[in-house]
Amino acid sequence: MLVGPAAIVMIAVTAYPVVATIALSLQRADLRFPTQNKFIGLANYGHVLGSSVWWSDVLHTAIITVVAVSIQFVLGMLLAIAMHRTTVVRGLLRSVGLVPYAIVAVVAAYSWQYAFSLQSGWIPKLLGLSSDPLSHTFGSYVAIILTEVWKNTPFMALLLLAGLALVPDELHEAARVDGASTWQRFVRITLPLMKPAILVALLFRTLDEFRIFDVIFIFNQGQQGTESLSMLNYSTLLDRLNLGLGSAVSVMLFLFVGLLAFLFIAVFGAAASPAGETA
Amino acid sequence: MSLRTRQTSGWSAALIVIVICSLFPVFWIVMLSLKTGATVTDGSLIPHQWTLSNYSDIFKAGIFTSALRNSIGIGLIATALAVILASAAAYAIARLEFPGRRVIPVLALGIAIFPQISFVGPLYNLWRQIGLYDTWPGLIIPYMTFALPLSIFILSAFFREIPWELEQAAEVDGATPFQAFMRVIAPLAMPGIVTTFIIVFIICWNDFVFATSLTSTTAAETVPAAISQFPGVSQFTLPIGDVCAAAVVVTVPMMILVLLFQRRIVAGLTAGAVKG
Repeated sequence: MLVGPAAIVMIAVTAYPVVATIALSLQRADLRFPTQNKFIGLANYGHVLGSSVWWSDVLHTAIITVVAVSIQFVLGMLLAIAMHRTTVVRGLLRSVGLVPYAIVAVVAAYSWQYAFSLQSGWIPKLLGLSSDPLSHTFGSYVAIILTEVWKNTPFMALLLLAGLALVPDELHEAARVDGASTWQRFVRITLPLMKPAILVALLFRTLDEFRIFDVIFIFNQGQQGTESLSMLNYSTLLDRLNLGLGSAVSVMLFLFVGLLAFLFIAVFGAAASPAGETA
Repeated sequence: MSLRTRQTSGWSAALIVIVICSLFPVFWIVMLSLKTGATVTDGSLIPHQWTLSNYSDIFKAGIFTSALRNSIGIGLIATALAVILASAAAYAIARLEFPGRRVIPVLALGIAIFPQISFVGPLYNLWRQIGLYDTWPGLIIPYMTFALPLSIFILSAFFREIPWELEQAAEVDGATPFQAFMRVIAPLAMPGIVTTFIIVFIICWNDFVFATSLTSTTAAETVPAAISQFPGVSQFTLPIGDVCAAAVVVTVPMMILVLLFQRRIVAGLTAGAVKG
């Protein structure tokens, strides 16, 4: 069968790590002490959930996700509307918008890091700062979130643009004739009809933002109170070489992302479908 | 008339803002890469002393050239394998009735949204045991975990749009099934395949999580991982010039792809998302 090879590879490359992660998470498996490996049940999970580091990293990740996705949504909507309305330079706008999307995240992070750093950057100079913004928690968050917003807003905009294209112009014409203002038409016509596209865009971006790693790794490896869950997962696995504990973090992260996806679809999906049907 | 001009100038202003915001960080890193070691930390947007020495430096040092080779090789192989396997699967999903036909793209998407870092632990462990750590296959295999689901998802959205009746029409006109496929269907399927190839390649090229976790030397380290390991001239200086020059070199091919294929990339990114 044609699906066979793809399905087999897909299962092999994903199912193995999933099963192995779960198995490892139930063991004491520390590469620095390989002789002490043994099955310890859910002890690693107890350790993770009982640690303040885990919970503060949940908070850091949530802050970055909520703020970054909100800004991306607002700017992405404006960008999508601009792309939708222009006809002359649409190709140019699309190419320009795709640059941040296609650029390597590590490169984007370096560009913004050097821009924010007191040592080399134009931002402290522009704002007349005397201390390095990246040496403070607040400055680090601003820089990291700005980098994420810059890199990912175009993708958000493209997903929204696809939804925008599905809104029939006649509805706008009819509403305009009836005296609706631009803002009223946007809130009453565009937004409700775009709900499915908005759901998809927010879902994709939220789940992606929640696993933020590259940008934080380049900026400060989670210093200044910016450690995300993926960063914690990495340092437990590869700096401390504690595979058991690290795998428990992996499984928790997994579950978190799954739960997030489920909630998103349950809450927003339910809100989106009736409006979609009546329209 | 005056309203119209005001609107036009408003739009032009908006366009200029968008272009500047999108390209400024790229401009900044290009400018940094052209500064000399003495002036790289002066914070000015335009270099006071111009130089290409950062570029000659990175190509002289072995780390970057091998990383570039690894990035290109690993990216192309992983992408090609994923797209070939996914094309067959997407063809079946689009054309054949079988149980689980509708579930596969959704399942694929589900896999694609998993946090990649969660796969690192067991792979790191297994790769060290079986000798795949720090090798090309050691990165190509994990790249398949996201390349394959994403390819299936995008390709099945594309393949659903193909008018498959044309194949029968060609056979009625006397073409053999093979001819019908090669002459009629393949040209229709090609844009979707090319688009998927580009998007998946961009994602492999971008990867940092697997590259930094599963490689350690020039044998398999890709550019994003290598850049993050660039040594400074001394332990107290940052290798800003080298990092920026390397960053520019890996960005140029992406800029070219984006300029050449912007319409297709946009179609590919949104095809699966909206119709799926």
